[in-house]
Amino acid sequence: MRRASWQEYQKEIADNKYYYARSCIRQNFFPGSERAFLDILTNDLGVDIFDDPLHTSCTGIGYHSDVVPLETIMTVVARQFSLMAEAGYENFISSCITSFGIYNEVLATWEEFPETEERTRRYLREATGRELVKPRSIAHTSDIMFHHRHSIARRAKRRLVNLYTGESLRVVEHIGCHYAKIFPKSGIGGSEFPYVLAGMIEAWGGDVVDYPERRHCCGFGFRNYLVQANRGSSIANSHKKLESMAPYKPDFIVANCPGCAMFLDKWQYAISEMDGTTYGANGRGIPVLTYEEMAGLVLGYDPWELGMQFHQVDVEPLLDKLGVEYNPDAKYLGRDGKLIGRPRAVAVNGCGVELGLRR
Amino acid sequence: MAYRVVIVGGGAAGMQTALELKSRGIEPVIVERDIELGGKVRGWHKLFPTFVPASDVLFPLAQRVKAARVRCFYGQEVTDIASDGVTLRSGERIPADAVVMATGFTLFDAHRKQEYGYGLYDNVITSVDLERMMNGGGVTLADGTKPQRIAILHCVGSRDEKVGQRHCSKVCCITGVKQAIELREMFPDADIFNFYMDIRMFGPGYEELYREAQEKYNIHFVRGRISEAAETIDKRIQIKAEDTLTGRPLRMTIDMLVLLVGMSANYENEGIAQRAGLELAPNGYFKTVDNFLGAVSSNRRGIFYAGAVTGAKSLADTLAEASLTASAVDDYLKEVFNK
Repeated sequence: MRRASWQEYQKEIADNKYYYARSCIRQNFFPGSERAFLDILTNDLGVDIFDDPLHTSCTGIGYHSDVVPLETIMTVVARQFSLMAEAGYENFISSCITSFGIYNEVLATWEEFPETEERTRRYLREATGRELVKPRSIAHTSDIMFHHRHSIARRAKRRLVNLYTGESLRVVEHIGCHYAKIFPKSGIGGSEFPYVLAGMIEAWGGDVVDYPERRHCCGFGFRNYLVQANRGSSIANSHKKLESMAPYKPDFIVANCPGCAMFLDKWQYAISEMDGTTYGANGRGIPVLTYEEMAGLVLGYDPWELGMQFHQVDVEPLLDKLGVEYNPDAKYLGRDGKLIGRPRAVAVNGCGVELGLRR
Repeated sequence: MAYRVVIVGGGAAGMQTALELKSRGIEPVIVERDIELGGKVRGWHKLFPTFVPASDVLFPLAQRVKAARVRCFYGQEVTDIASDGVTLRSGERIPADAVVMATGFTLFDAHRKQEYGYGLYDNVITSVDLERMMNGGGVTLADGTKPQRIAILHCVGSRDEKVGQRHCSKVCCITGVKQAIELREMFPDADIFNFYMDIRMFGPGYEELYREAQEKYNIHFVRGRISEAAETIDKRIQIKAEDTLTGRPLRMTIDMLVLLVGMSANYENEGIAQRAGLELAPNGYFKTVDNFLGAVSSNRRGIFYAGAVTGAKSLADTLAEASLTASAVDDYLKEVFNK
């Protein structure tokens, strides 16, 4: 690809022995992705990763909403790090982009203002009796997947290729703002041309779509969404991106941020309800995947095991293009095999139902 | 026997200094890294603010240097300097009674402003590329068609802390005005926009040309820096900026984006300065003794400066300064050797 500048932005990513910090949003909206991440690393790649039941939310949502003070979040972060050290790990990986930004911000603040680190150490000691041990490396879980992308490619059951045409699938990659826009050097490829998802797409046979609003925020933004009056701004940003990418006819979108994956998916439903516009083929939406879902499909995981039934936009057209075998009747079965209910059929979510649509 | 002065750099400053020294009975020796004289002006199309072809200045200058039989070393890089001579990369030493540094500047590498996509998008070019296009086969888009909507962005690599270039490169504003007028003459029906943060028209005739660009040539000036450029599906360029006069964000699609690249200090300055005991300014250019009576003198006696080696300068200022440098060298030689 022409974007060679990503190679100027490299960072140390450990090969093994990761301490895993989960994401609040993903546990609720994409629980299958976090599960898949652990399964892929443990079962497919044989990597040591520790999912610690003692760790908590980083409180980033509260921090960005002015509910949690800086001193508090620093102490929470310090506790996470101390848990990592107590468990015998030194490579901290975060499943959430907001958290990833928080961990980098806190470490940078401690570096720039050593008195804040000393104060945090004292707070942590007083509150928990623990000692702060800073991690040897910090990475986002998409960095880890990127790091192992060639190993995954070697184990692939299928590539990101359209079964009907033989052509590479066109993939829009969307990077969370807090991945590299705060600290460009903390992301693979920097902030202008991030390569973390593009590298996976290329390694697994897809084509990366470069469209004019590629860098633009998905519109999530805590203040955009949590303040109800600002939600128009949130959907307007997603709308701008979707309008910009639509002419390229992407087969799917992949995101590395919980908020981005959620809003680029769910706002498609809202937009279709508001003005009837849809952005995918045949009047449907554009499926929005997490990178674990993308990796899971490449490795041959069952889409419903990956949790893809949680999506607002139906993924079946994409599964068909990829040649993924799936049981349509199992889509909405719960763990006990009982039907958990079907969502009402709408434009972006109603495969098999004929709808009168504008696009 | 004439005193010998080694001039490092054979651009406009070096050539003019050599000619002035020669006229004073001093033997100049030019050491040029390239295979011919001319420096950055070589390949330039026309000069601001009068639209004189650059070759009309450069060619006579080079001819005069040749006619004066100034000794020139080509393809030679100077690695160390001292008041009594210079050392070439080959290890050869050229003794001298004084040395003039006239190594000029380095063009800012537009790739470093990644948000503009230089080197990535076919129709994002620099002001230097535009001059070469005008000097060559003409200005076209990558597909050979005529641009109908052109944006020129000022201050790329100038007054920009993010890329460590805090200084103003001085000549870009007037270059942007000049190039906009040239583009208007080539493309009478095109929309041409100059995006700027300040317009600095310090030289004679500059402000007048800026007004003329607006009133006669219908160039649009928008106060705001472009924040990012991206390619559209039809290979045009989408840009985003803020019009700070109206206080509104702006997004438009253009055919061609011209980046007015600034002047940077040479990377080699630091090593040369360290080894020779010379002082550098915070922006990496060589620092003169002062800005007034010692404006071409270094902190080391016997080492002098000419042209943009001490900071961004126009060609006119460079030529004027080179004469001053020759005068200062002459005074120094008389003082030191004719006691």
